[in-house]
Amino acid sequence: MNIIVCLKQILDPEVPARDFRIDAEKKEAVRGTANLVTNIFCENALETALQLREKTGGRITALVFAPESGEDALRKALAMKADEAVLVINDGHPHPDPLAVAHVLAAAISKIGVFDLVMVGRESGDWGVGQTGGLLAEELGVPCISFVDNLENGTDGLIVTRQTDNGWEKARSTTPLVVTITNNEYNVPRIPKTRDIMMSARQPITRLTLDEIGVDAASIRAGGNYYEIVDISIPVKEVTCEFVTGDSLDERVDQFAKRIIEVTQAL
Amino acid sequence: MDILIISFSNSDYDRAAQGVAGAGRNLATVLGGRLRAVVIGPGNAAMNSRLAAVADEVIVADQAELAEYQPEIFLQALTSICRDAAPAAVLFGNDTYSQELAPRLAHRLSGSAAGDGIELAVDNGAIRVRRSVYGGKAVATIELKRSPAVLWLRARAFEPAPEKDSATAAITRPAVDLSMRAPTQIIERKSEGAGEARLEDARVIISGGRGLGGPEPFADLQDVAGLIGAQLAASRAACDSGWCPPSWQVGQTGKKVAPGLYIAVAIRGASQHMAGISDARVIAAINIDADAPIFKHCRFGIVEDYKNVIPLLKEKLAALQR
Ligand SMILES: Cc1cc2nc3c(=O)[nH]c(=O)nc-3n(C[C@H](O)[C@H](O)[C@H](O)COP(=O)(O)OP(=O)(O)OC[C@H]3O[C@@H](n4cnc5c(N)ncnc54)[C@H](O)[C@@H]3O)c2cc1C
Ligand SMILES: Nc1ncnc2c1ncn2[C@@H]1O[C@H](COP(=O)(O)O)[C@@H](O)[C@H]1O
Repeated sequence: MNIIVCLKQILDPEVPARDFRIDAEKKEAVRGTANLVTNIFCENALETALQLREKTGGRITALVFAPESGEDALRKALAMKADEAVLVINDGHPHPDPLAVAHVLAAAISKIGVFDLVMVGRESGDWGVGQTGGLLAEELGVPCISFVDNLENGTDGLIVTRQTDNGWEKARSTTPLVVTITNNEYNVPRIPKTRDIMMSARQPITRLTLDEIGVDAASIRAGGNYYEIVDISIPVKEVTCEFVTGDSLDERVDQFAKRIIEVTQAL
Repeated sequence: MDILIISFSNSDYDRAAQGVAGAGRNLATVLGGRLRAVVIGPGNAAMNSRLAAVADEVIVADQAELAEYQPEIFLQALTSICRDAAPAAVLFGNDTYSQELAPRLAHRLSGSAAGDGIELAVDNGAIRVRRSVYGGKAVATIELKRSPAVLWLRARAFEPAPEKDSATAAITRPAVDLSMRAPTQIIERKSEGAGEARLEDARVIISGGRGLGGPEPFADLQDVAGLIGAQLAASRAACDSGWCPPSWQVGQTGKKVAPGLYIAVAIRGASQHMAGISDARVIAAINIDADAPIFKHCRFGIVEDYKNVIPLLKEKLAALQR
């Protein structure tokens, strides 16, 4: 099984709200001292891919579209034991729209060659777009199943389990296929071993430019023509919390209970 | 230009569907077009007639191939219906199926999609949508550059559509060629807690986080929930630990809930969690750490180990309810 896992590098989403600033001019978050990290759902996707490879064999290629900094995301993927790493260099708009991204990923995947499965995260932790998987499937002309949390090899095709609003669905699918991966208790990303981290530093990374993969590089560099961010702001919404008071725990819990009843009875 | 709203017939004309219809009606009025409702899936006459009371036309896609949700076939059907209707916008709710299909539908219609919208506007003829970004820490306005705009909406953020005074809408049934061989086939489905009220509709929610330390305390939270008619929910950290099913997750990538009261127990209050409860009326918290960000959103709270609070709270609530 040839698996391609698409990884997005994002501003650390754990930056506390009190340290979060935006650049209204550039219409993006100010990086400040925050790290760039791999989007958590991409790591869930890579973890799911690694577990599938343990059962079925095959190769995993990690694919990142980012500036040079994207190398870090690929080194981490190699340390987690992806087989190959491909970086498509973004030397244009820092946040191209989702169709531009899907277009680039599709072109890179065609360049990489045959694949059975493309795995992406259900959504990214910065812009939370949640579209790349679906658009990529359309660009590649293959089916797509979203919110997947498990894949197995069945007798005639893949058996894919995905989460729904109140439970789950199982699908049988032919390959090639695109899936978007969501989190569950079994795909929490593994921590790479120190030895593998050291080894990953020496592994090769394939670098591709926009001009090499056969896309309209000028349009991608400009950010695409699907949609545009016209405004960004930080909502002001602070409530003052009334901490229950009292001399004893009993008194405080009593007050807490009374507040609960007060609110529920008014509903 | 007309506006299409899409409803899946396996649900009801619930608050989410009403919000989508409301958003659609406003947009149709601004753009001077009709509001046309599409109901897709097995026949649901009740839903058709509820929509006929608020929309100008109801397009029912209930042919045999659509008897149960299959992504590729539903996508094909919607593509065909939308191509014929040539709308300015296609609006969905933010359920699983909608989120799965909307971007692909946009691609097939050469339009643009954007999701989790909380406000819609028209500026110089272009459709704009507001949504939260950066894990709920900021809000952005996005302008769709291609038509139609295919949007999925945080439906409860929109007022329900008003009923029309005039006659109810005509119901049409287009014939769509769905004789394709689908490469993927859903072969089994399971709903957990079927019959229970949906979390999205809960009036009171008690939610547990990583600070609970294991699955057992959820049973104690269930006792508290029973006393005040609450439903249980959880943070991503608690779900990822396997302490409760994934469908309990509330947040940016979980359920978006809007209860009158949300009680967060041992939940830090990360922005991604708060993104799921921005529509809650009152938030209360039990947390051992007075500096936990959750308290910045709370109307009232108690700083204490939950282990000391819950048993007493059960007693007190039981006594007060008597
Ligand atoms: C892209 C993305 C999407 C995400 N989507 C979601 C989402 O949909 N929903 C979601 O919840 N998270 C989501 N997250 C994760 C989120 O950022 C947080 O990591 C998560 O919400 C933390 O869960 P928690 O508060 O339960 O755990 P922690 O952050 O570990 O907090 C535990 C809290 O419990 C308190 N505590 C500990 N012991 C006790 C005790 N004995 N008594 C009382 N209090 C105690 C602590 O003081 C602390 O405040 C997402 C993250 C990303 C990057
Ligand atoms: N620049 C990128 N490079 C590689 N993969 C990406 C990129 N952008 C998005 N993706 C993939 O698409 C998923 C969903 O992202 P989004 O649609 O932006 O929310 C991510 O989790 C990644 O798997």
